[in-house]
Amino acid sequence: MSQLTGYRRPDGRVGVRNHVIVLPVDDISNAAAEGVAKLIPGTLALPHPYGRLQFGEDLDLFFRTLIGTGRNPNVAAAVVVGIEPKWVQRVVDGIASTGKPVEGFSIEEQGDLKTIAQAARAAKAFLQESSEIEREPIQLNDLVVSIKCGESDPTLGVAGNPALGRVVDRLVDAGAAVIFGETSELTGAEHLVAARAATPEVREAFLNTYRAYVAFIEAQGVDLLGSQPTEGNIRGGLSTIEEKALGNIQKLGTRPFQSVLKPAEAPKGPGLHFMDTSSAAAEMVTLAAAAGSVLHFFTTGQGNVVGHPIIPVVKISPNPKTVRTMSEHIDVDLSRLLVGEMTLDEGADAIWDVFVRTVRGRLTAAEALGHREFVLTKLYRSA
Amino acid sequence: MAYKVVVHRPQDDVGVAVSDLEPGEQLEAYVLENGRKIPVRVVEPIPLGHKIALRDIPEGKEVIEYGEKIGRATTAIPAGAHVHVHNLRSLRWSA
Repeated sequence: MSQLTGYRRPDGRVGVRNHVIVLPVDDISNAAAEGVAKLIPGTLALPHPYGRLQFGEDLDLFFRTLIGTGRNPNVAAAVVVGIEPKWVQRVVDGIASTGKPVEGFSIEEQGDLKTIAQAARAAKAFLQESSEIEREPIQLNDLVVSIKCGESDPTLGVAGNPALGRVVDRLVDAGAAVIFGETSELTGAEHLVAARAATPEVREAFLNTYRAYVAFIEAQGVDLLGSQPTEGNIRGGLSTIEEKALGNIQKLGTRPFQSVLKPAEAPKGPGLHFMDTSSAAAEMVTLAAAAGSVLHFFTTGQGNVVGHPIIPVVKISPNPKTVRTMSEHIDVDLSRLLVGEMTLDEGADAIWDVFVRTVRGRLTAAEALGHREFVLTKLYRSA
Repeated sequence: MAYKVVVHRPQDDVGVAVSDLEPGEQLEAYVLENGRKIPVRVVEPIPLGHKIALRDIPEGKEVIEYGEKIGRATTAIPAGAHVHVHNLRSLRWSA
């Protein structure tokens, strides 16, 4: 295997990308953040629609997501821009404890243009500093990664997800941390997931999280029949949520999971971890990145095109029609595995090869196409 | 060896088409768990990724895939027929 390389940050954690981000604290600071990134090409603005008048658990999740994104080891340095100084400082402090360069700017009392000028000077300095950080040899146990499938169809249950499951077992056995989520998409397979918990406490925590989710759905007086499976899933051949979930969990491999994480909460050790997330692709990947995932494995049947601003999303498809009609989005073609012309281990090897190259710096299809979905999960309406 | 229908577990009622299937095709569905083959005759067009009944499934029966329940048959489904949302309904969230 080629030597893995990455960027070791001051806190010891390891990234596989070296981004300088311009992070708006709130919706009305997007324009200034994007102004900075326009002035300093090579930096990356992360606009989003929230950050005002949120409260309680929803506000906690908001800060955890923004701060976690800045703390992600794929980020070399961060410029934080917000309307007022207190929440800017809260985000800056959250990122600064990693030891990486971070500076905050607020717009009140000076307006966008002066703020952009100040923040652009910091962004320029950070960009130059980060350009001198060199890749160094890293080990698998330095890595936190995440997994999710999307635009699923039964070809994933047959081929894509079992092959990814073997990759997950290899990663876990080598000491990496692997995050999975998709609470709603475990429905019909939750008993099988619960049986994979490392301890009775983890099992109980998982079942409590799952039951709380079901109770939330029921409290809306609805069910998810029209949403799960999605119209895309149904077109691809998935008939029920149970079938979708049973295909979904094939990608979890066979090892026990070690903890139940809140959305955007970083895992505390190696191994497989369950995070309570939406099953919507961009939301799940954004939460995983905020929890420290530096690379995401994404299996797709009908062809989901999601990417993320700071973490590479490796697209894997076993569906020959998708591989043919959406070839520019697919990093790993497993269509031969679908029809038995390749073994599961060979399928896992094909994913592993692209994984290693991606860690070493190969751009994924989503990166090359400019997919930068940064989608915050919002738990309920603002005040 | 290439196959056109895959079955997860020996006890499954349905297989997954891994290429488009035409009526009249006589196939051997491949069981992933043990490599056994189950003969099935296709009775209607079934697109890649969709499910085919491996045996007659009576109305009301719980349908098994991955060795687990994936829903209930809402009509009688003959062997070789397309199994999907028109004749299979979730056991969950079924208000």
